[in-house]
Amino acid sequence: MIQTIDQTDAPAVGSRPGKVRLGIRDVEAFYGQIQALRGVSLDVHEGEIVTLLGSNGAGKSTTLKTISGLVRVQRGEVQLEGESIARLAAHEIARRGVVHVPEGRRILRGLTVKENLELGAFTVKDSGLRRQRLDEVYALFPILHERRHQDGSLLSGGQQQMLAMGRALMHGPSVMLLDEPSMGLAPKLVTDIMRIIKRLNEAGTTILLVEQNARLGLRLAHYAYVIENGEIRMQGAAAELRQDESIVKAYLGVGE
Amino acid sequence: MTWYDSFLQQLVDGLVLGSFYALVALGYTMVFGVIKLLNFAHGDLYMTGAFAGFGGLSLVSGFLGAGWLGIFVAMLLAMLAVGCLGVVIERVAYHPMLGAPRLSILITALAVSLVLQNAALALTGGQYTAFSTDLGFGGISLGNLFLSYNQIVLVAAAAVLMIALELFVSKTLYGRAMRAVSIDKDMCRMMGINVSAVIAVTFFIGSGLAAAAGTMAGAYYGSIWYFMGFLIGLKAFTAAVIGGIGSITGAMLGGLILGLLESFGTHIPFIGSEWKDVFTFSILILVLVFKPTGLLGKSEVERM
Repeated sequence: MIQTIDQTDAPAVGSRPGKVRLGIRDVEAFYGQIQALRGVSLDVHEGEIVTLLGSNGAGKSTTLKTISGLVRVQRGEVQLEGESIARLAAHEIARRGVVHVPEGRRILRGLTVKENLELGAFTVKDSGLRRQRLDEVYALFPILHERRHQDGSLLSGGQQQMLAMGRALMHGPSVMLLDEPSMGLAPKLVTDIMRIIKRLNEAGTTILLVEQNARLGLRLAHYAYVIENGEIRMQGAAAELRQDESIVKAYLGVGE
Repeated sequence: MTWYDSFLQQLVDGLVLGSFYALVALGYTMVFGVIKLLNFAHGDLYMTGAFAGFGGLSLVSGFLGAGWLGIFVAMLLAMLAVGCLGVVIERVAYHPMLGAPRLSILITALAVSLVLQNAALALTGGQYTAFSTDLGFGGISLGNLFLSYNQIVLVAAAAVLMIALELFVSKTLYGRAMRAVSIDKDMCRMMGINVSAVIAVTFFIGSGLAAAAGTMAGAYYGSIWYFMGFLIGLKAFTAAVIGGIGSITGAMLGGLILGLLESFGTHIPFIGSEWKDVFTFSILILVLVFKPTGLLGKSEVERM
């Protein structure tokens, strides 16, 4: 069932499996005087990939930054497993397992691939667990193992995206926030990254994925929200939204 | 004295001087790394450290003596006290200014410098305070070269502190987090790193190293006064720039190079020791003109 909504406090629709892992309600956020989010509500259920679609400047990245605490929640509520995280400092939110893989990957320049990965597990006190996660990440991304002693910022775009995701996995995320993982990548690499996201999800990672490329987002996700001018305009099961080209085009203006 | 002996003597003097510069330069460069502030109060923390070391020595000399052991314990006390002072200064003076334009925080640093200097002036009446120790003047003679025990211990102590710092920063997870904070604070927050705590630890270490240098300088030269931090602050800044500001290895290298340059430079004919400071700051200007990133610094790409 696809719903087009004007008021954003509507509850999640359709039957979705699992409990709500991350819920945000009527969130408003500002950059100075400019209101970037005008009451955004969305839910991410356990084990889901949820995609947040929208054009440039619609508020996608801001929504993620608001969840991870980089942008202050002016009004509204953000909850992780029923507990409010809206007023916590960004590092506290990360410690609770909300791990943000930001736009542009933000690999730490001058640090090796391995050092970047290890810092991802900064909050993991058990060094045995850190080592185990490192092995898991290397198994998932063999190229990172091969390049482990190189400066992470000198990797290619696709490898940097793998490093950024690997770094998030080191943390053992409860929810992974992925901001435009396909940006700037060649089509072949986009397919690779998408396959990896799918695999991470199948292995149990709950993901909120921001995408400008709606087709891509809808192909991966279980559930989708469309944001426009800082408001959620549409939501529904991704499979259903995918069927309805006209709606997708109208809201997202994608021809591909 | 042959030319060769004179060369060696300058080398030793240069290393001693360079050790002081390097220890102070480290604090400069670390603080610059994490909050991009040229902490002009840093030289005054060195001065405060000298007085704290003096105070510490008066406390412990009764039962530990004023020899190596007493001075070592006094130095640790001074490092602890001034380290905490550095953290308080960051919290009170700099932290509220982090969102403000760079110039505002720079002026704040100058204000902190004035506060520390004038506090010391008020407390000491501007008099030199004798930093008396029982270290004596023993040493080793190698031909015409004389190495005092004080020089040897001082250079060794500085080396130990610097190696410990280098290991901390490159090998431990917390040290890596410190480097990461200097690169991208928001990314650190997203990884769960408490950036404010890392900044506080950086101030603690940087100020502690300045205090170590201050105590050692007091014990080595035998007197301290409220204005002793001014010039060394500027010179440590020069050393940090030579090495590449923001680079820890660079600060050590820059300090030693500056010490050696001063030691040798003042023995070039027609450049007597009265030209020492002119010499130093000419080097600063040359580095800024020809290699502004210093020996080990990387050019900073300003992120939008």
